[in-house]
Amino acid sequence: MEFKATREAYGKALVELGEKNEKVVVLDADLSGSTKSKEFQKVFENRFFNMGIAEANMAGVAAGMALSGLRPYASSFAVFITGRAFEIVRQSICYQNLHVVLCGSHSGISVGEDGGSHQSVCDIALMRALPNMKVVVPADYNETYLAVLESINWDGPVYIRTSRAKSPVFINKEKFELGRFDVLKEGDNLTLVACGMMVHLALEVSKLLEKNGIKAEVINASSIKPLDEETLFNSAKKTNLVITIEEHSIIGGLGSAVSEFLSENLPTRVKRIGLNDVFGESGSKDDLFCKYGFTKEKLTEEIKKTLKV
Amino acid sequence: MGEFDNLERIARDLRKDILIMLNKAGSGHSGGSLSVLDILVALYFGGIMNYDPENPEWEDRDRLVLSKGHACPALYAVLAKAGFFEKGLLWTLRKLGSPLQGHPDSKKLKGIDAATGSLGNGITQAVGMALAGKVLKKRYKVFCVMGDGELQEGVVWEAFMAANHYKLNNLIVIIDYNGLQIDGAVANVMNINPLKDKLEAFGFRTYEIGGHVYKNLIDTLTTAKRNALSPTAIIARTVKGYGVSFMANRVEYHGVAPTDEELKKALKELDNGV
Repeated sequence: MEFKATREAYGKALVELGEKNEKVVVLDADLSGSTKSKEFQKVFENRFFNMGIAEANMAGVAAGMALSGLRPYASSFAVFITGRAFEIVRQSICYQNLHVVLCGSHSGISVGEDGGSHQSVCDIALMRALPNMKVVVPADYNETYLAVLESINWDGPVYIRTSRAKSPVFINKEKFELGRFDVLKEGDNLTLVACGMMVHLALEVSKLLEKNGIKAEVINASSIKPLDEETLFNSAKKTNLVITIEEHSIIGGLGSAVSEFLSENLPTRVKRIGLNDVFGESGSKDDLFCKYGFTKEKLTEEIKKTLKV
Repeated sequence: MGEFDNLERIARDLRKDILIMLNKAGSGHSGGSLSVLDILVALYFGGIMNYDPENPEWEDRDRLVLSKGHACPALYAVLAKAGFFEKGLLWTLRKLGSPLQGHPDSKKLKGIDAATGSLGNGITQAVGMALAGKVLKKRYKVFCVMGDGELQEGVVWEAFMAANHYKLNNLIVIIDYNGLQIDGAVANVMNINPLKDKLEAFGFRTYEIGGHVYKNLIDTLTTAKRNALSPTAIIARTVKGYGVSFMANRVEYHGVAPTDEELKKALKELDNGV
């Protein structure tokens, strides 16, 4: 199996967008090599703007550019572009419903050694709470590429979350559709709803569960806002138990979005798996995933425990 | 008759509109609206800005970002006078359903180029507009009107740094320097001086002028429009509550609307040209 980081797809898609549309401009805050926006700079020097280590100003500048008819893509680490710049993202981008695409790379704990200060465990929560904002967490390189290409056609603000760590490339589809979940595997004992790097892991978990006679439905929830309510409703109705898995705090992210919808529309038991209201710490990606329970063995155990309750 | 009598007459009428609007709304910012008004009148009626009220989204228009968004009653009065909308709309300020929001909203009212209110955000958008003008090869200018207290926000200096870095000669920042903020004198709450030195250190060609003197405003803005080398900053010394004796230089009138009695008194003063 091929392994590639989702941030690589961001850089590649930006170049393609730049070729198709001369209104596309790209901004970064001194992390263009890491976020991969540098790929765009290499080809379109005149449409790339490094704003320096000043994420809040970058967000406002992107808003001003969108108001003037450009199509800005702005990137930084997920923790900074959502947190540091939050107020301007809210006031200047979301309040005016401007078409600005924000890309937060190095999300979750998989960024590893830099530690908790650089790991982003509540970016989805922050962005999801903003009116007009769309939140996309692609599962792999292919899906990220498609989502970034498609984002030029969406109205209003968009947050796309990417990762530094290489992860399996396994999604095969033609087009990314906002507001649509993909059912990757059918099952009727329980539903696993995952996003980002957790989607492939959920598929692995489903194989282990199958050995125990448990058939899990696996859903890729790459469009967290808008949520694919129909797919979620149908699956929950069938399995009656939904387990969410995300590389994010269990507060405010995918698990919350799923719980909010189901509690109002089809009260179903939901178990949220993610970071239990804690910051991350330094360590390798694999060591951290092991410590916080993101391995197929630990997830399988956790799910089996949930089934017994 | 002086050269700028006409602008002064317009400003006197608009001061009355501002006070009536605020009185009808029952809340809003009197002091800062009165201090900034002459700057806006100079921009819109002094032959400085290119705009077309019939085509408010004209892409070659000059942009105005009122970064001190709380002074929007002044901008609303100016836009109505310039023909962007019916004057009657002014009396709906801050009321449910009105396009005249408590702070300017570009999505609700024609003629508002950027939503502002949270201090410091306006200048960041103005820098983006000026940069976009470069990318799109447009000749428009971006005027950003800021408060002096607003300069305490850190993001303002991020924006100034970027304006210099990208040599935004199409950006003209005008600081409504009235010296007062909610909690008292700017110098006492958090001193921003030496301001001219700071702005120059950030690469702005900087002027200090009297902000209620039309000759100063028009001459300096005209010069600023011709500056091809750098962004321009104009520190316009103003008086909070200017034009109404009992509001002038009084911090208490920062965020307060005139009562019926105060309105009557103020209108009388303005009529008598005190």
